[in-house]
Amino acid sequence: MHMLEVKDIHKSYGACEILKGISFNVDKAETKVIIGASGTGKSTLLKCINQLDPPDKGEVWLDGEELTNPSVDINRIRQKIGFVFQDFNLFNHLTALRNVSIGLEKVKKIDKEEARERALQELKRVGLEKQASQHPAQLSGGQKQRVGIARALAMDPDIILFDEPTSALDPELIGDVLDVMKVLAGKVAMLVVTHEMGFARNVADEIIFMEGGKIIESGTPNQMFQHPKMERTKEFLGKTSTLYGQE
Amino acid sequence: MVLLWIDSIINNIPFLIEGLITTIVLTIISVALATLFGILLAMGRCYTRQPIPFLIYLYEKIFRGLPLLVIFFLLYFGLSQQGIHIKAFFAAIIGLVLHSTAYQIQIYRSAILAIPEGQKTAAISLGMTKSKTIYHIILPQVLRLSIPGWSNEFTILLKDTSIAFSIGVVELMARGDAITSMNPDAILYVLLFIAFLYFVLVFSINRGLNYLEKRFRISGYEMTTAR
Repeated sequence: MHMLEVKDIHKSYGACEILKGISFNVDKAETKVIIGASGTGKSTLLKCINQLDPPDKGEVWLDGEELTNPSVDINRIRQKIGFVFQDFNLFNHLTALRNVSIGLEKVKKIDKEEARERALQELKRVGLEKQASQHPAQLSGGQKQRVGIARALAMDPDIILFDEPTSALDPELIGDVLDVMKVLAGKVAMLVVTHEMGFARNVADEIIFMEGGKIIESGTPNQMFQHPKMERTKEFLGKTSTLYGQE
Repeated sequence: MVLLWIDSIINNIPFLIEGLITTIVLTIISVALATLFGILLAMGRCYTRQPIPFLIYLYEKIFRGLPLLVIFFLLYFGLSQQGIHIKAFFAAIIGLVLHSTAYQIQIYRSAILAIPEGQKTAAISLGMTKSKTIYHIILPQVLRLSIPGWSNEFTILLKDTSIAFSIGVVELMARGDAITSMNPDAILYVLLFIAFLYFVLVFSINRGLNYLEKRFRISGYEMTTAR
């Protein structure tokens, strides 16, 4: 049994079918990267996993529990699935520290002092202990995203879903965020939707290439970059590596 | 002559203060209730299933469309004809609350709509229930954003209490009227003095709310000082 099992997910908005049967697994502490052109349903897939946007058909299982079963207590299971957003979605009225501690306090019911202590540890982990008392509007984009990661980490999740975590950032700040994610790789499972091919190549255990609501091909970075089986994969990766100036 | 008019004010100060106290009590009770109902109904309009939002919308439309005087008369004279006798003071409170709530719903609703949807998504992703998300994430921001609009409504309501005079509530305006009928020569000065008292009340409330707004301002949202 895998930690996260995604089985034949279908999702439509109106007449438009976004996901046309997606299946894959993620194991403990594994890093999987989903790549593909914009509009192929990558973000929708992440929202289908933690049931922010439940799929029309198919099943999602985490630690032997079926999330797609309507009778399951989804709020309890969401605590085990971290989510990091493209546009951060920090709570504007709370300091960086409270952004991280509020889930511990209000969801995990941890005592306020202890929650603060743990939140501070998480902020240290992403290199932001000095910014603990600042509000989101006082932070740079990269700092905001690291607070977003700390907020997800604080809940001690089994897996963190990253929805294009660096695409709203300038190149310098992207590095800060990716560095944090590299450190996490191998400690907590990560499912990352990104256009950062360098990250995919160096950090991923497996790369999943999606197009038109389907998985076209998946494999280790080496296999995907050196010997892609599908013509479309070759084309996509060829384009992006010219774009990012590799090789 | 002027001295005589000043005399008629000074002699009646305790009498006016009683009226002033009624005005203040009427304002505080009505504002408190209308604020509470306004917040609840705004939440109801944004976060519940039909038909609740539609019913709230209907209430809002009706009571924003009626003059306060008509509401007071309906509650006091209209209902009493049907055998429902409400004391003037309570009829005034009910009328003011019904009227102000309808306006306040809009204040909170616009604040709710101003909060990015992503924050709700983020809270739910942490495992918060919908009600916890509203209480811990949405509400604190809604209240901050609502202070300017709310201070407007507060002052309007305070001045609207003077209309309760029409159903016989003995508040500041009623006391002023009583004094002028006893001293018809002093009418202008007494009314100016009443006007001055209302002004001072409104002015000090606005100063207090300004302070509240600054006190709860979220760091990083200060207005730019650029010209």
